[in-house]
Amino acid sequence: MGVFILRRLGVILLTALCLTFIVFWLTNLYPNLEKLAKTQGNFRMSDEAVTSYLGNRGYLEPTPVKFGQWLGVVPGWVTETQDGKVFGRCFQDGTPVAERPKFCGILQGDWGYSTVFREDVGPTVIKRLGLTGKLMFFVLLLMVPSALIVGVLAGMREGTRLDRSLSTFSIATTATPEYVSGVIFIAVLASSKFGISPVLAEWGWIDSKTLFLGSATSAMKDATFWNFFLPVLTISLYGMGYIARMTRASMTEVMTAQFIRTARLKGVKFSNIVLKHALRNALIAPFTVIMLQIPWLLNGVVIVETLFNYKGFGWLLVQAASNNDIELLLAVSVVSVVVVLATQLISDIGYVLLNPRIRIT
Amino acid sequence: MEALTWTGALTWLNPILGLSAAIMVVAYAAQNVVSLVPRAGSRSIGVDVASADQGLAGLFGNAGRYAFQTSIFLILIYVLAGIVFGPAAGIIGAISRQLLPVWLALAVTFVVSVIFKRKLGLYGKLFDSTVGMIGFALVMFWVFTGIFGGVFDMLVTHDSLSQVSGMKNKLPGTPLARAEVTDYPWFLLGGDNLARDVFSRLIKGSWVVIQIAPMATIFAFMVGITLGLPAGYYGGKLDVLLSFLANLILAFPVILIFYLLVTPEIVLTGLPSYMAIVLFIFPLVFVAVLLNSRYYTQPSVRTPVLIVVLGLFGWLYLSMISNDGALVKTSTYSIPGLPTFLDLFDIGPGLLVVFVAVVFVNAPTVFRIVRGLALDIKTRDYVAAAQTRGEGPWYIMLWEILPNARGPLIVDFCLRIGYTTILLGTLGFFGLGLESESPDWGTTINAGRRLLSLYPHAAIAPALALLSLVLGLNLLADGLREESLRD
Repeated sequence: MGVFILRRLGVILLTALCLTFIVFWLTNLYPNLEKLAKTQGNFRMSDEAVTSYLGNRGYLEPTPVKFGQWLGVVPGWVTETQDGKVFGRCFQDGTPVAERPKFCGILQGDWGYSTVFREDVGPTVIKRLGLTGKLMFFVLLLMVPSALIVGVLAGMREGTRLDRSLSTFSIATTATPEYVSGVIFIAVLASSKFGISPVLAEWGWIDSKTLFLGSATSAMKDATFWNFFLPVLTISLYGMGYIARMTRASMTEVMTAQFIRTARLKGVKFSNIVLKHALRNALIAPFTVIMLQIPWLLNGVVIVETLFNYKGFGWLLVQAASNNDIELLLAVSVVSVVVVLATQLISDIGYVLLNPRIRIT
Repeated sequence: MEALTWTGALTWLNPILGLSAAIMVVAYAAQNVVSLVPRAGSRSIGVDVASADQGLAGLFGNAGRYAFQTSIFLILIYVLAGIVFGPAAGIIGAISRQLLPVWLALAVTFVVSVIFKRKLGLYGKLFDSTVGMIGFALVMFWVFTGIFGGVFDMLVTHDSLSQVSGMKNKLPGTPLARAEVTDYPWFLLGGDNLARDVFSRLIKGSWVVIQIAPMATIFAFMVGITLGLPAGYYGGKLDVLLSFLANLILAFPVILIFYLLVTPEIVLTGLPSYMAIVLFIFPLVFVAVLLNSRYYTQPSVRTPVLIVVLGLFGWLYLSMISNDGALVKTSTYSIPGLPTFLDLFDIGPGLLVVFVAVVFVNAPTVFRIVRGLALDIKTRDYVAAAQTRGEGPWYIMLWEILPNARGPLIVDFCLRIGYTTILLGTLGFFGLGLESESPDWGTTINAGRRLLSLYPHAAIAPALALLSLVLGLNLLADGLREESLRD
């Protein structure tokens, strides 16, 4: 097991390195750099001005060297302008020579500087991650139990009306991407002119103008049911159908197993069969699915945070990518890649621990 | 001209439809609740399905079924009355008459398919499952709408790009301001933020989706099959390398890939063209290997067949990747491609990058599925028999393993078209790739969402359209899976 985890960690490291290099390479293509220079400097820069702007800031060195600088294994660039100013990747103009660090990359704990937000990348990412963590917590809290309940109820008696209704429901949720369900929810539940909110307000059932709030900006400070439920529901609904279907498949398989038949023949109550015999075995597969679903939730997070204007990690990704904020984008992709690979690792380990029939040699 | 209501002269039917729908929901819900309570005999084995027709649960079930049939019948009346009365039957009637060619095509497809269903293999069996038929109907509805609306320019009521003054953000059914005699007198689904007809844009948008999504899925399957079969069959270092690459792409969040690849700056570097050159060659390779491995023992058949097929596919391939006579065109250099007079069709750089990105995202998943299937099937006896006969590895992969993996692959193909549709919508939602006046559903949703709480119709219409298409594909896949498992 230890060797297995070590080897998987090695693969994760290699994958993360490859992926960040690809992101690095794509963001450092010349047209992207030109756009960066023009948005940071001014839009009417001549070609020479763009070149000198980029050259002074170390953008025109070969990509492997720049990548090494970002990693912190190659000394950072140092520029000496004609008027005698000396500045570099690792220090500002006016820093005494003795205090100038040579290396500054992620190995030294320096994640760089965001050109969009004009602050250090590290704290920015952590702040946004915290907000998204809050969103994800509530999403998992809503999604996992409801998906498991739907799946178990559907799979407990295959082919019945209950199974068919719940299966259709899960197919419908997997067919509704977040930007569709979000739009429908806002129009029906959170519009003061359409849907059910005006009716409810007229009857005096709700105090505010709308049943839910169509923007989650205020939920960043304090989340309430009123301003936070719609984004959480939108993300959970799309992921829920898939988990429910997997749970159902696993449950139907277990319900046809020999030991369930034996339990029935012994005269055990149906509810006891489901809760005590079947459920424990049926929940092994969904665990893997739930873990592997988390990276998919990331997509939903980006869409929903954009739609509901919730300034978390997904919103940060959009900002970084649309402004070609290289170091911020790299940090964002490192985080998301680590999330993807870590959840894979956890799901593998968890599968082995939960299922005694699997042994890793 | 008066504004149209939703159902016009048929308004008296609305309470009846509402009532029967409500009865259906209540009855089915009651049946589900009642079925949770154990009854005598519920512990006997193997009769659970049959017992659904008995007792209180069965009563509710029957009530629900009749209500369901009534609702379907009433909906058919709306459509038929719409064809007869047109706009007199309200917005729904007017839309229904506008879509008359689609209804006819759907009816013909269904009648022909049901008559000949025993001779049509898996496709025919689809008509044995209700879920599969509903899914198929939804999908074919949009396919016909796309073809009639997009190719033949029927169905649409106004130009999808022209702005009509005075129609900005108007509600569905608003009569056209200052209409000429030749104009269609209403905006059936209202006007959008730029005073364009939502209904016509919806129809035009369906063509964009119907064009790109299946094609991109086919290409992704070609890439996935061509690489996945050898990875699963040979295993070893090749498998390790290809699987690592596939996992590498899969570890990227999809939206990050889109944001990195689908930008005007990346188009400038020519990178999408290079990716297109690599990704689009896989169908060519696939067909060549497929035919060669089958006929290489008969050179007199193989050589002419290969020359004709490869010539045709090669031409299509070159037409596809060359644009204005160049394979790759950047500001500093360009690689010459097929001359313009030989070029069959041009794909604009915006569309090409969308296409490439979607194929690139889908291919690794298909690769993993095919690899898994190949790993499983290569241990079967018929593969061993073929090996003993002395068949080549590619013959075994393409003519022994692949046909036996077709069931799961067909099901996944349907699901994946739906997923590709969702991805295209995602691209549109973030305003990436296609130009901003493009009528495709994602872009329209993105344009409509800014005024969502005041004028939701502009965003709701494409959202429901996308939902119904993807739902149809999912139901179709479910029906196919059920039917293919049955034998």
